[in-house]
Amino acid sequence: MSNRLEKPIFEYSRPGRGAIGQWPQKTAIPADLPAHLRRRNRPLLPEVSELEAVRHFTRLSQLNFSIDTHFYPLGSCTMKYNPKACNQYALLPEFTGRHPLAPESHGQGFLACMYELQEMLKEVTGMRGVSLTPMAGAHGEFAGVAMIRAYHRARGDLARNEIIVPEAAHGTNPATATMCGCVVREIPVMADGDVDIEALKAVVGPNTAGIMLTNPSTLGVFERRIKEVAGIVHAAGGLLYYDGANLNAILGKVRPGDMGFDVIHMNLHKTFSTPHGGGGPGSGAVGVSERLLPYLPIPIVGREGERHRWLSEQDLPQSIGRLSTFMGNAGVLLRAYIYMRMLGREGMSRVADFATLNANYLLAKLVQAGYDAAYPQRRASHEFIVTAKRQAKEQGVTAMDIAKRLLDFGFHAPTTYFPLLVPECLLIEPTETESKEALDAFIEAMVKIRHEGEGDASLLKGAPHTLPVRRLDDVRAARQLDLTWKPGAAA
Amino acid sequence: MPFIPHTEDDIRDMLAAIGAPSIEALFDEIPQELRIKSLAGVPVGLPEQEIGRLMTARAKQDGSPLSFLGAGAYEHHIPSAVWAIVTRGEIYSAYTPYQAEASQGTLQAIYEYQTMIASLTGMQVSNATLYDGGSALAEAALMAVRAHRKSSSLRILVPTTVHPHYRKVAVATAGNQGLVFDTVSYVRESGCVAPTALAPYAGEDINALVIQQPNFFGMLEDVDALTDWAHANGALVIAVVNPTSLAILKPPGEWGAKGADIVVGEGQPLGVPLSSGGPYFGFMTTRMEYVRQMPGRIVGRTVDLDGRVGYALTLQAREQHIRRGKATSNICTNQGLLMTAATIYMSIMGPEGLERVAALSAQRTRELVAALSRVKGVRRCFEGPNFHEAVLLLDRPAAEVLRGLADRGVLGGFDLGEHYPELGSAILVCATETKTAADIETCAAALTEALRAARAA
Repeated sequence: MSNRLEKPIFEYSRPGRGAIGQWPQKTAIPADLPAHLRRRNRPLLPEVSELEAVRHFTRLSQLNFSIDTHFYPLGSCTMKYNPKACNQYALLPEFTGRHPLAPESHGQGFLACMYELQEMLKEVTGMRGVSLTPMAGAHGEFAGVAMIRAYHRARGDLARNEIIVPEAAHGTNPATATMCGCVVREIPVMADGDVDIEALKAVVGPNTAGIMLTNPSTLGVFERRIKEVAGIVHAAGGLLYYDGANLNAILGKVRPGDMGFDVIHMNLHKTFSTPHGGGGPGSGAVGVSERLLPYLPIPIVGREGERHRWLSEQDLPQSIGRLSTFMGNAGVLLRAYIYMRMLGREGMSRVADFATLNANYLLAKLVQAGYDAAYPQRRASHEFIVTAKRQAKEQGVTAMDIAKRLLDFGFHAPTTYFPLLVPECLLIEPTETESKEALDAFIEAMVKIRHEGEGDASLLKGAPHTLPVRRLDDVRAARQLDLTWKPGAAA
Repeated sequence: MPFIPHTEDDIRDMLAAIGAPSIEALFDEIPQELRIKSLAGVPVGLPEQEIGRLMTARAKQDGSPLSFLGAGAYEHHIPSAVWAIVTRGEIYSAYTPYQAEASQGTLQAIYEYQTMIASLTGMQVSNATLYDGGSALAEAALMAVRAHRKSSSLRILVPTTVHPHYRKVAVATAGNQGLVFDTVSYVRESGCVAPTALAPYAGEDINALVIQQPNFFGMLEDVDALTDWAHANGALVIAVVNPTSLAILKPPGEWGAKGADIVVGEGQPLGVPLSSGGPYFGFMTTRMEYVRQMPGRIVGRTVDLDGRVGYALTLQAREQHIRRGKATSNICTNQGLLMTAATIYMSIMGPEGLERVAALSAQRTRELVAALSRVKGVRRCFEGPNFHEAVLLLDRPAAEVLRGLADRGVLGGFDLGEHYPELGSAILVCATETKTAADIETCAAALTEALRAARAA
């Protein structure tokens, strides 16, 4: 981590400079291109040497927290170690150079990996079919709800356009329902963190398309009455959607298919450790039960004897269609495949064991240190919520203050203010790859922060103090929009 | 236990702190009847050395054939520095920049990206990227419906010269919200849309016209006339463009009298490897007046408490984590890693480098078309200017000829039979700056043989 701010790359630019060694030979623009279709002014791209570019972007990288450099207990995001082997072998030149429209004769190695990945994902989720196409969790959600709609439509059940979501759901759940042309019905969660069964019974009916649930829920606890929920929704003619954001907690312990879910998306960038890349690429493979098999998005990899081939519209005429230009984030899928093969079946259930051990240890120690658990009577799953409601009331110290102060101690902040129904909440997910020492150091920082809150809280309110910048003026960012660099303009 | 650091002592101490007798006890809230014993269908774990051997063997199986495939994904030289930097852990293993103070590197890179791509497309603002080109077109159609103040129509006109996969993604995505995509066909001689083909739609309530430049056939549309027609008829213009081509072609912001309204495309040509189709990134730029209707993340420059310049996510009131069911899209992430790669690529290439790549790719394609057209049984399909792709007609079935080429180690093009059966036996070919005169000769020789073998069969 560096403290030195870096000027925009455009300010290094000098006319006539450039990474000449990277440029191809100079050729005239073909004379047959008509003048009225040509560009008149050059685009605003920097003119810098290769070293200047390398130094600039390396310096930018040093202004980031990351898993490789910092403990990153960001709840709901599963920031576990991204093994280097996954990256190295996904970047073999034959894989990176393979064109998406290359014939199957020149893709049997790649397709074998994808087919086996589909099979492994079916096994760990208890589903009957998998499509790897969706390119992020929210994209997988879209595929799932679109399949639920297609299912009802195919049965002539046209009134079913309501998607039920618990109030604690990820924001993508209701947004997805809207994108699929559905209406959102929110239901409350009870004081112990489980879904309010009576409210669910009251809301289901002939318009119910389905329900979207995360289990363990976003509150960091296992939804114990899941079979009952499944029974109610199915009896009403609806389907169950599983948001796989928290799959890490139950890997090898319990499967969404066995809980009664009809469709799920898996965040391969969480559970299967593909890199988050500063905000993507993700990968949101979807799995379905028997009745949704015909609707899976294409393409899918099939196997006939020893040969692998793409399945397309001809094979799946009822498919919801194509959701990506080619086949989704293939390179991410290769990384997930490598990770799953390295872990194997024993390694996977150990993921859930140690993710859960770390979360419960951290929760126990934080409660001991004077923090309040949001659901003290419950086991933590792979994550848990601490509420700073009491600190906010007694000391004026908010969850945001704690989060920002943690940055000064060299820890990425937990997820704050999500789920919204827990006031002043910090959603903490340590993951299985952190050592006891790393957790203890985090606890020590949280103890110090609690003490700081008891005295003069200004240190907390003004945090962070040691990062490249202090808290940013978000209001100014939104009111005086500065979205592109302009020559000669100072910020 | 790969990647799990706990010792036996750690486990004992941690369980004691929790007050649990065993790790198993931590799962006691999961109903017993739901528990599974093992994942028998998953193979046993492999050490890194063995997975390395397996993956290397699988990669070798696919080989590195000489390829003249394009059709939406393009092979370009990628400077070593690009992936050396983006695979640094500080970029590769960071997450979405929610904590701005701990993510200034990612945020500034997005701001620089927004600047470059906005300028390249000739527009005022950009988002921080979408999934890929096809999904970006779907989002653009949804955005047009939100943004168009004078039309509540859900109809979008899409010429068949727009990438067939993009059209399918748009229908599969935006069709759920009732959008209707009406297709407009092309002129057989030119492979382009004639403004006269739009005449039947004059006076109808159309939300937007999609224009792809260069179009799927590699041909250059009369973008000025099409843009002006759309605006004269009350429709917005959604441009779909290849970013490399914009180094030499007129940016959408300058099309016609008023310019395009929303610009999208596939960012892959800017430093992202082909990788069987992803991860790529979709770019999207627009006019400032539509910025609040944009989907996806946007970064703004601002100041901190001490007045120092810093960067932050902004206009978040559009997004799902704030607006939930009323958000502009359900998109949560961007394709951050690929966007960073593109920003480094554009910085290293600069305006001169990118222009050279575009010009040489166009030139190589002309050489390829000339060489292949000299082969007996091959002729060019369309008359008119093109960028770095072209359609060729063959006198034998395309699928058979392409198989013959592949057997000779050459991926000779994309078979248009599935999407454009009216063309007969037609293939779409592409050459970029990565192809040499010798490569083109190899392709021509292989095509000669493959056609001869097909005729003999």
